[in-house]
Amino acid sequence: MSVVAENPILARRTSTFGRLSDYFWLNPKLFLLMLLAPPLPWLGIIYLGSLFALLLQSFFSIDEFSGLINYEFTLDTYRQLLIPANFDIILRTVIMAALVTLASALIAFPIAYYAARYARGKWKALFYLAVMLPLWSSYLVKVYAWKLILAKEGILNWGFAKLHLTWLLDAWLALPVVGGNSLSISYTGTFIVFVYVWMPFMILPIQAALERVPVNLIEASADLGGNPGQTFRHVLFPLALPGIIAGSIFTFSLTLGDYIIPQIIGSSRLFIGQAVYAQQGTAGNIPLAAAFTVVPIVIMGFYLWMAKKRGAFDAL
Amino acid sequence: MTAVLFENVSRHFGAVRAVDSVNLAIAEGEFFAMLGPSGSGKTTCLRLMAGFEQPTGGHIEIFGETAEGVPPYRRNVNTVFQDYALFPHLSILENVAYGLMVRGIAKAERLKAAENALAMVKLPGYGSRRPGQLSGGQRQRVALARALVNRPRVLLLDEPLGALDLKLREQMQEELKALQKSLGITFVFVTHDQGEALSMADRIAVFNEGRVQQLGTPEDVYKRPQTRFVADFVGSSNVLAPSFVHSLGYPARYASLRPEALALGEGGSNARRFSGTVVATSFLGATNRLTVEAAGTRIAAMLPASAAVPPQGTGVTLSFAAEDLHLMDEAA
Amino acid sequence: MRSDRSSAPMSLKITAAAGLLFMHLPILLIFVYAFTTEEKSYQFPPPGFTLNWLAVAWNRPDVWAALSLSVRVASIATAVALVLGTLCAAAVSQTRFFGREAISLLVILPIALPGIITGIALRSAFSFADIPFSFWTIVLGHATFCVVVVYNNAVARFRRISGSMIEASMDLGADGFQTFRYVILPNIGTALLAGGMLAFALSFDEVIVTTFTAGQQQTLPIWMLEELVRPRQRPVTNVVAMVVVLVTFLPILAAYYLTREGDQIAGAGK
Repeated sequence: MSVVAENPILARRTSTFGRLSDYFWLNPKLFLLMLLAPPLPWLGIIYLGSLFALLLQSFFSIDEFSGLINYEFTLDTYRQLLIPANFDIILRTVIMAALVTLASALIAFPIAYYAARYARGKWKALFYLAVMLPLWSSYLVKVYAWKLILAKEGILNWGFAKLHLTWLLDAWLALPVVGGNSLSISYTGTFIVFVYVWMPFMILPIQAALERVPVNLIEASADLGGNPGQTFRHVLFPLALPGIIAGSIFTFSLTLGDYIIPQIIGSSRLFIGQAVYAQQGTAGNIPLAAAFTVVPIVIMGFYLWMAKKRGAFDAL
Repeated sequence: MTAVLFENVSRHFGAVRAVDSVNLAIAEGEFFAMLGPSGSGKTTCLRLMAGFEQPTGGHIEIFGETAEGVPPYRRNVNTVFQDYALFPHLSILENVAYGLMVRGIAKAERLKAAENALAMVKLPGYGSRRPGQLSGGQRQRVALARALVNRPRVLLLDEPLGALDLKLREQMQEELKALQKSLGITFVFVTHDQGEALSMADRIAVFNEGRVQQLGTPEDVYKRPQTRFVADFVGSSNVLAPSFVHSLGYPARYASLRPEALALGEGGSNARRFSGTVVATSFLGATNRLTVEAAGTRIAAMLPASAAVPPQGTGVTLSFAAEDLHLMDEAA
Repeated sequence: MRSDRSSAPMSLKITAAAGLLFMHLPILLIFVYAFTTEEKSYQFPPPGFTLNWLAVAWNRPDVWAALSLSVRVASIATAVALVLGTLCAAAVSQTRFFGREAISLLVILPIALPGIITGIALRSAFSFADIPFSFWTIVLGHATFCVVVVYNNAVARFRRISGSMIEASMDLGADGFQTFRYVILPNIGTALLAGGMLAFALSFDEVIVTTFTAGQQQTLPIWMLEELVRPRQRPVTNVVAMVVVLVTFLPILAAYYLTREGDQIAGAGK
């Protein structure tokens, strides 16, 4: 077996790679720098830089007459956010995002719970795929599907008619705020599509959090006399909460910034995303558009900070 | 020749002195143990030898050549890892041949060498399996073969038997010892199990808080501990306080007294003796263990099973041969 | 969390099944509409079925142009994301340094923040720097938010390579590059491939950031968006929607099987 040299210390490697390896090994900081050299400027300078430049613009104002940006520091643009028309947009979006998050959690929980606790083997894999496929399939196709569903001549109205329940749908549409001429131009429609598109993001984090709950914890609670409701409230829910928060980061953030869904399915009243789009596009008011984007950034910053405190990132 | 030399070697992590001014000289062909509790610096010393850590101070030599600043892959030193660290994506044979492959040994030659190494650790024909298909004991043998196939000048073993059950551990102890003898390679192994160190090593370095407390043969360390820590950690010596030692007619220093050196009764003419009260007894099979309280000190004595055991609460006199008490370096 | 003795209560089964149906039925509907004979409305049930629209869509150069642009953008963006994401993951998981947490946050930020913010930020940066819209402006936007997908996959796998495995390789005489080639790469390879697949799917499908970075160019999602806002070619859109569903399913399925097998290998090594 004497195929290897006897020297206690082998000679330095003369190949380029060998030398480089020696060099990096002796200078681990330099190696780290090499690793970070490509991604850090990209994300740190181009991306963050653009983000900061955008935020900076929110402190400028636009000249009413010329339509040009006035590069002087001012908080006027932020004051504009507070005028009723704009503030309504913010409020409407935040409420919608909160409702969508709540509904997503409600629908996602049973799926996640079943997958975490009861699905096994082949079924577990199937469940996982059944969640992954809709989650990753095309956003626009999903919105388009709902345009088909909610259309006046579409499947939903057809179904209600077949079941002789058209009156129920009409009664709902006659309600103030949530109603409208038809589902596809009502808040209800917008809400359904939002939930449909973002809810899948809620399932896997909840499932991950639930998988970490030892089953004997649930049995222990039952042994101690907890009924299923109490077990859920005092044991399961608190343990699943990090997962729900992690999932809500997606549902909340994605709803806050979306401008396509309310544009295609919804009333003509604007959401933040649409306002940003309109301000930077047709209105050409970049400062106001920038100020509008600060709203979700601040909300999400606060949200992420809270989520981190709750340990939600471990469930991502 | 000295295989591994440590001169005042330190490894500090910020304020933590993992290894603090350690001096070691491990001889070629020696079976050397580094014994200590976790966090005592023994594993860091092993990592300094392998090259995973660099000393913050001092000087390391391997067979007379300077080792600091030399990456692990340029040291002709191999390690058996505590968790074995087998490569899960390679077969057993490829695992064993890995070191030869990265050194550019031709395929046929390195596979043959790997087969031989597997035969040496009594796993012939296991080459085509994956690490996941082997038991813990088998994986450990593979790890051993993977290291030895490179013919290292020094083999480092990090708690090599820690994960094995008792029976397997005893068997491996013997095998490792025999392997070391037949190969003549210097073995350095880290353990927290004093029995393992005593039974396998030629010499032992006892570590505590980053320093070598005592370096000597198993008999030295066991019978003549130099510090209270060593007396306490290696086996179950009675550690006697200076005042008590003084009352027995010795200088006022800390001393150790092995339980099996004590006998019931007055003993011979040059025996030393003291009286106390029996506070506990326990039957250990081959021996009886007696705990006696004398002058506020609890002292354990091992009595042969044949001897009558005085009941709890009786006054007894214990004696021992004068040379069995070992005075330590520490005064007070 | 496992229990081998109890089976799920009926109410849980029903709600879970209803939730899954809610997720899948709308997508299935797309397949029905792709074959409808009705071309002026979204009538249900379809009056009849035809394969005609497949041929019509096949012969549309604008669809092909959009598809080709999307595929090219997604390929390049995925390649960039693979490099950047792997480097970030390696730096974060294999070394300890000040600011590690900040890096993982920085990587997640482009998807944690609403897409419109990334989009408008990049757009105003382009206009500020006088960069005209081009193929590369789209790629830049896409790569930025694709990094996180690769990063997440790679970090999860890096975590499973025990530190001692890399040390074992170096101990056995492999230098840094050999260790990367013979130990790290084989162990993270499938995770990277899966991350790449998902990044491709993400980029192929992206519309929000793209509207801000594409200018007059049409990716397939932008083509669809215009059809959604102003339907002109309903039957063709139906067919395109179906094709998009099928095209995105493939990389997702592939990614799933890749990581699943990887799990088994890594699990076996424990």
